[in-house]
Amino acid sequence: MKPAPFAYRRPGTIAEAVEALAGEPNAKVLAGGQSLVPLLSMRLAAPATLVDINGIPGLDTITVLPESENGGGVRVGALARHAAVLASDDVRRVQPLVPLALSHVAHATIRNRGTTVGSLVHADAAAEMPVVLSLLGGSVEVEGPAGRRTIPASELYVGPLESSLHHDEIAVSAFFPALAPGAGVAFEEIARRHGDYALVGAAALVDGAPGDGQSVKVGYLSVSDVPTVVDLSGVADDELGEAALAQLDPAEDIHASAAYRAQLVRVLTARVVRSARVFRQAQRPEEL
Amino acid sequence: MTTKLMGQKVQRVEDQRFLRGNGRYVDDVAVEGGTLHAAVLRSPHAHARILDIDVEAVLDLEGVHAVFTWDDLASCTPQMAEPLPLLIPHPALTHGRTQYALAKDEVNYVGEAIAFVVADDRYIAEDAVGRIRVDYEFLPPVVGIDAARAATSLVHDDVPGNIGARLEQNVGDAPAAIAQAPHRLELDLTVERSACMPMEGRGTVARWDPDLNRLQLWTSTQSSTGVRAAVAVKMGLDLGQVDVITPDVGGGFGVKINHPWPEELLVPMAAKALGRTVKFTEDRREHFISSAHERGQVQHIEVGFDDDGRLLGLDVEFWHDHGAYTPYGLIVPIITSTQLLGPYKPQNYKVVFESLYTNTVIVTPYRGAGRPQGCYAMERTMDAIAAYLGKDRAEVRAVNFIQPDEFPYDQGLIFQDGRELEYDSGDYPAMLEKTKALVGWDEFPAFKAEMAAQGRQVGIGLACYVEGTGVGPYEGAHVHIETSGKVKVATGLTTQGQGHATVFAQLVADELGVKFEDVEVVTGDTRRMPYAVGTFASRAAVMSGSAIHLAAKRAKEKALKIAAEALEADEKDLQIVDGVVSVKGSPGTSIDLGTVSVLSNPLRYAFDEASKAATQFSVGDPGKPPVPEDDEPGLEGKDFYSPERATFASGMHAVIVETDPETAEITILKYAVVHDCGHLINPMIVEGQIHGGVAQGVGGALYERMAYDESGQLLNASFMDFLMPYVTEVPDGIDIDHLETPSPLNPLGIKGAGEAGVIPSAAVFAAAIEDAEGTLHPGMGITAMPISPSELYALRQSHDGKNS
Amino acid sequence: MEELHDVRLSVNGHTHEIRVPARRLLSDALRHDLRLTGTHVGCEHGVCGACTILVDGAPTRACLMFAVSAQGSEITTVEGLTRPDGSLGPVQQAFMECHGLQCGFCTPGFLTTITAGLRDNPTPTHDEARDMVAGNLCRCTGYQNIVKAVERAAEIAGEEAAS
Repeated sequence: MKPAPFAYRRPGTIAEAVEALAGEPNAKVLAGGQSLVPLLSMRLAAPATLVDINGIPGLDTITVLPESENGGGVRVGALARHAAVLASDDVRRVQPLVPLALSHVAHATIRNRGTTVGSLVHADAAAEMPVVLSLLGGSVEVEGPAGRRTIPASELYVGPLESSLHHDEIAVSAFFPALAPGAGVAFEEIARRHGDYALVGAAALVDGAPGDGQSVKVGYLSVSDVPTVVDLSGVADDELGEAALAQLDPAEDIHASAAYRAQLVRVLTARVVRSARVFRQAQRPEEL
Repeated sequence: MTTKLMGQKVQRVEDQRFLRGNGRYVDDVAVEGGTLHAAVLRSPHAHARILDIDVEAVLDLEGVHAVFTWDDLASCTPQMAEPLPLLIPHPALTHGRTQYALAKDEVNYVGEAIAFVVADDRYIAEDAVGRIRVDYEFLPPVVGIDAARAATSLVHDDVPGNIGARLEQNVGDAPAAIAQAPHRLELDLTVERSACMPMEGRGTVARWDPDLNRLQLWTSTQSSTGVRAAVAVKMGLDLGQVDVITPDVGGGFGVKINHPWPEELLVPMAAKALGRTVKFTEDRREHFISSAHERGQVQHIEVGFDDDGRLLGLDVEFWHDHGAYTPYGLIVPIITSTQLLGPYKPQNYKVVFESLYTNTVIVTPYRGAGRPQGCYAMERTMDAIAAYLGKDRAEVRAVNFIQPDEFPYDQGLIFQDGRELEYDSGDYPAMLEKTKALVGWDEFPAFKAEMAAQGRQVGIGLACYVEGTGVGPYEGAHVHIETSGKVKVATGLTTQGQGHATVFAQLVADELGVKFEDVEVVTGDTRRMPYAVGTFASRAAVMSGSAIHLAAKRAKEKALKIAAEALEADEKDLQIVDGVVSVKGSPGTSIDLGTVSVLSNPLRYAFDEASKAATQFSVGDPGKPPVPEDDEPGLEGKDFYSPERATFASGMHAVIVETDPETAEITILKYAVVHDCGHLINPMIVEGQIHGGVAQGVGGALYERMAYDESGQLLNASFMDFLMPYVTEVPDGIDIDHLETPSPLNPLGIKGAGEAGVIPSAAVFAAAIEDAEGTLHPGMGITAMPISPSELYALRQSHDGKNS
Repeated sequence: MEELHDVRLSVNGHTHEIRVPARRLLSDALRHDLRLTGTHVGCEHGVCGACTILVDGAPTRACLMFAVSAQGSEITTVEGLTRPDGSLGPVQQAFMECHGLQCGFCTPGFLTTITAGLRDNPTPTHDEARDMVAGNLCRCTGYQNIVKAVERAAEIAGEEAAS
């Protein structure tokens, strides 16, 4: 279980990194490496070149954006480790769904090295952060030979483990929109073992006062090939799960049957919507 | 008088080394430059004929030193090209087959070794393995017990029906007794495969010394003497040319008792051929697909019983999946078929098994070694009888117990060691009472009702077992008191975390009367003790412990004899305390054991102050030979322990679980163990063994399985997908109580304890889950283990569907 | 010929210079190039935690980093947990007292993880003590005594800090 040989580049700037990627069609970016290195060691991936961005200064920042910018939110740099994002009071205040979900990402030791942006562009539909970005309508900023562009989450995930980044583009940051004042969030997942990839996970975002007009969206991980968000606004409480399933097609694997995943979708959908409403309510005691 | 160490929670002496990072495991040996590293090309197909192997592309790869295929083996010795040994032949194993060190013509499981590459480092060796091209002709794979029984395809052309062995044993006439019984039940049960999965995989290092014409081999094994004999035979060396050293071993749990692994032969072969130190360190994927698994069985049980639930006849038929080859013979299914009976008297018993070939990894003992399956069959039967009669599950068990005054109790069967299955001692009724008290058996119904009122499902399970431990043939020990007074002890079996260096030192300190810290124990080094069998079947404490006790006794006898002469006292009046021999009641008249050791070895030459005392002008009666005819120089004791038969430990586990009505998640609320391994040498270590066994049992019951697809690919060959429990999956606290019924078979009255913790898990969890599910899904039986939430959910769906 | 890189590794307060290919895993560099064999390799895919070391104080899987990427970081391995005077540190002591190890193979990864965990949370609750070791696999102990050792180590460290 040792990686195949590769050329190693450790650029000092993003521009150099882009250049290194552009010069080698079979190159990959190494950030935290917590998903990539096992693939290399099992020789399931064998890039000719690894572009290690860990030496690029300024990429580990976590910045709060004021409402004037994209409606406010947090921008997480490409080298910000999961642990740092999880520990950030700013992130917790501005978008509490991020730490709610991050606490479910693998184990603490993996979070110490793994990066949130790396997890987003690894595009694993069983991972927590792609669903969170999708549900919140966030985006990823990437830089390539043609300069920078912003990819909204809705255009980021194109297939299993496949993002819409070009091979010579580097994700430099991710943007998580702030939680709106009238909104609530929740996250829950069921895994075989604590810290494993979820059998099914669900994140909920509710916005607006309780009632028919309330916006209810739920994102699912480990259910489809790509992170999937379902709009459940206006659905009666006891029909939430079935309404979600009407738009999902849970798959079977060695850990869970499709029918069991469907059951978990039912259970978790009800739970996260309920929790998100409680969350919202807790912040608005005046409504009681 | 010094306190006896037997029975004390003595802290482990080996921990100092481990805690500082100074353990020495096989991959830690020979880390100096110049060691070559091996990698193995393994079959990616479950069943195929090998048409051609092309290694051309490897030879010009820089850093590669050699590549071997089957064609190259005979250049070492003709026997190297023969199949690997069938370690434990049995008359019923009519169609035993073993693999070659490197596949010849055919591969029979994904992972079977085909080519062996030696290179500067493991990275390059893996590069080389990737360049070897093999042409295969695919053959239909046989995966799973159903496919093996159907025998539409054969694993080995010359093994009809895929049946390696069929073995039947009878006590009385079970079918007739069942036919006449007032009540009858039938059960069909299955258990899936799991594996030992030690944190350290297999590994071997070999160094050939051309100056001494000797081979030195380090290997992560449970039998260093076994490896030594096998390597000597296969390489055509005298036994005296081969030293096998088992350094620290990172867990075994059974898988490392099988030997020789192909690499244990290929590494020394390459070391000798290349004149370089060669190392093979198995990686995790290799451990999944090329070591061994266990547990897979399908069982059919018929039972007849009376109104009290008393067994009248038990008829068991089971099919055992032994994988592609049978190097370890029939040990696992024999143990299932005999140990199934547990603490009960079946009155009439018939058992027949078929041991079947499949195109999957071989099956050799995993902690428990067939007992978990036997316990599962018996205990599920007990639960079924209780449910049928509407009786308390504990009561039904109690009426079937062998009673304390019935020992020794002969079950009338032949056990795994070829000896009679005769239980030596035990007290099962007392144990049941302790277990019920520990888990709160009588209080449980009220708790269950209370939970049910809240819409929660909880259940309780109970499972009992008897475990034959400490099987022969023998172990030996050598105790040497040095002139410094330090005591060096060697026994030949190996250590994989059981704390042998501590418990054996406790025994020596007690028997010899020396300080615990002055005793140093070495295990698994054939240079120090060439006669040994191995560490398996919970036998180390019983076998080597007894041998060490006896050897220490001999050393003590000799010490007292010499001291008596030196002190001009009677041996009977002497005592040894803290390494000093003194006359009882007159402590001034004394001599320390170091000096006794000096006197034990008459010298011509002095080399230090102490040895002066033993030179020819200082000691000895000129009228007698310096060493008496019936004696030998040196203060040593050596002895062997070889019991007539195994000693039988026993235990009972009870567990309370909660199952989620919506998600079918299974949560452990309480786990209780009552255990009887006779006298305890070190309760701290025994409890540690139980903790570990219970955790492995939780894994085997609720998480772990080998997920093979129809083509024979193992889909979960990683720690990502083979779900070994973390701390978050094991009970938070395990309640343990001990019962001590000493064994009459050995001088210490001890029984084995290593495997016990894992034996009843499948049975006890199945029972508890079934009980919990009864709240909302009455009558739903748990018949297949392990069970995942997904499977429990499916079971509910099909059960409720049928009943609606 | 594979390109070699000069890498300077700072481990347990000592600086080492090695020349390795880019693909050399940090776990292998520590074990085979620096001969610090206390760091063990149990799975090489980041799940078991036996190879856990501290990188700039943070528990990190050595098998999921390349040696060449570790340049400039301060690394602590199990060998670095023993005190300068040769005595056992509080976590090591607690493991011995509580019988928190059997075969010893997974132990180094637990010791490093707990050392960092207690630094960040010196007085863990029982649940926090369990959570602290939730990312490491042990096949021998069933974790019971490891959790006790976490709690005992916190006690020992607390007593030392008070005295």
